[in-house]
Amino acid sequence: MIAHLPALQVVIPLISAPLCALLPAGRPAWLAAMAASWLAFLIAALLLYQVLAHGPISYLMGGWPIPWGIEYRVDALNAYMLLIVAAIGAAVASFGRTIVEQRLSLPLNKHPWFYTAYLLCLTGLLGITVTGDAFNVFVFLEISALSSYVLISVGRDRRALVAAYQYLIMGTVGATFILIGIGLLYVMTGTLNMGDLAARLPAVSGTRTVRAAFAFLTVGTAIKLALFPLHLWLPNAYAYAPSPVTAFLAATATKVAIYVMLRFFFTVFGVKFSFETMQLDKILLPLSLVGIASASLVAIFQTNVKRMLAYSSVAQIGYMMLGVSLVSVTGLTASISHLFNHALMKGTLFMALGCVSYRVGATRLERMAGVGRSMPWTMGAFVIGGLSLIGVPLTAGFVSKWYLIVGALEKGWWPVAALVLATSLLAVIYIGRVVEVAYFKPAPEGQRVEEAPLALLVPTWALALANLYFGLETSLNVGVARLAAQGLLGATP
Amino acid sequence: MQILGHFNYWIFIVLMMCGFYMVIASDNLIKKLVGLSIFQTSVFILYISMGKIIGGTAPIVIDKAAVYSNPLPHVLILTAIVVGVATTSLGLALVVRIQEAYGTIEADEILAQDRDDSP
Repeated sequence: MIAHLPALQVVIPLISAPLCALLPAGRPAWLAAMAASWLAFLIAALLLYQVLAHGPISYLMGGWPIPWGIEYRVDALNAYMLLIVAAIGAAVASFGRTIVEQRLSLPLNKHPWFYTAYLLCLTGLLGITVTGDAFNVFVFLEISALSSYVLISVGRDRRALVAAYQYLIMGTVGATFILIGIGLLYVMTGTLNMGDLAARLPAVSGTRTVRAAFAFLTVGTAIKLALFPLHLWLPNAYAYAPSPVTAFLAATATKVAIYVMLRFFFTVFGVKFSFETMQLDKILLPLSLVGIASASLVAIFQTNVKRMLAYSSVAQIGYMMLGVSLVSVTGLTASISHLFNHALMKGTLFMALGCVSYRVGATRLERMAGVGRSMPWTMGAFVIGGLSLIGVPLTAGFVSKWYLIVGALEKGWWPVAALVLATSLLAVIYIGRVVEVAYFKPAPEGQRVEEAPLALLVPTWALALANLYFGLETSLNVGVARLAAQGLLGATP
Repeated sequence: MQILGHFNYWIFIVLMMCGFYMVIASDNLIKKLVGLSIFQTSVFILYISMGKIIGGTAPIVIDKAAVYSNPLPHVLILTAIVVGVATTSLGLALVVRIQEAYGTIEADEILAQDRDDSP
């Protein structure tokens, strides 16, 4: 059983997905989805424990030897990503059932299909992370992408449909670019296994085909992870999707795309080719800096709080790519630990917003007036998530920003470090606007708002407390991230 | 000879660019999907061309043949074709819902309607 954990990680949500569709609407379908998500979380935790204790795991699908069969390979980075995805998956699945279903634009008898799409999305994201086969990455990428289009389109606002359509177009173009890149790599090496690719690529790395493959993979993953200026699909998709879906996608989908990029650049192409021959860091650095600054500025002027947080996500992705462009252990540690911490903070913020939109019926800023007094617990979680987003000490967000600044200073790039600090102040402004309206503006006449029900508050607060916990006890989020960063940089210390 | 010999790769590039241009340039949501389909199909041609080996026969073990074409890219692309079908059908389903909700499938008219709505 233990030996088959890497396969079960993907197979359990995959099998449960059609099962959900067959179950009667209401409690059974939800329970099945929740059981599958929690099992996935348990497996991810066990895998991480095994990897930390005994080193990387290699699992051969169906027992086929490596260059022919599909290998599932779990090292510190994979196991860490699996834990992030599965933990957020479990937290979001625990979000109260009746409340989630109320916010869908689906008839009652179609509700089980929502959980099917959700589990398929989870399957795809876990599959991308666990697999060691380049083509397998594409297949799982499309499984997660197609189901996330469906999840976004069931939002109640009709703009959710257009947002899902735009995401479908952009996402498919991105995935097809990745497919072309993988195809060109296969032409040159005759293998799809990532370890095998890494071994064979140096011999042919001077060819134009490999460079073209590199370019296609760069642009493809950049669309998927919403790197500025390819982020245009993201704000609408996050703003109009149902709140739990937003929380799930914001915390996991773009992170997994970043993982794919890291895996291809560092493991498959190798540090030398990606950053010395192709000089990728020279492109990533300006794009991430412009992305951080512009998206933070745009976030300040949003009137829809969900949309504001979506723009803030684009800025946060910039921080992660900034860490990558430093190409040092400290920089990568910052990036990888920010994957974890950002999942926690955005999960908390979007789930708190879900509570607000359940009681108030909207996430427009002016409608949130006085909510701080009528929903103290919800807004308490929001404030913790917000502080973590800004990077206040004692929260998880502080830890990764600290490493990012240290990484920039190690290189002597003090203007970059200054920009990180300055843009954190922009985050103070946009989170501050929400706090001001919620706590200091009087509630409109006649509006009666109650505290959110416990079924929503428990998962929201679980994530909020995790923000505080991982701000103090960093052996998991930073310790494993450092291990993963060292693994990625390999020989070059 | 070099250019003619790479005939199918040229087709791949032309189709890819046509499809990609349609996705970017057209305002009609259906036409965008048509472009997307052409774009994806061009990649299928790339993969299938990759499997061909000059002088190779169909990959069935027989006594006379020494060189076989590579069947793996064909198998891979079957998966990608399925993905393409799923993407197109989901896209079309979304367009139907958009038509019901907005009464139009022109991107600029949808944008204009959204601007009139309260954000």
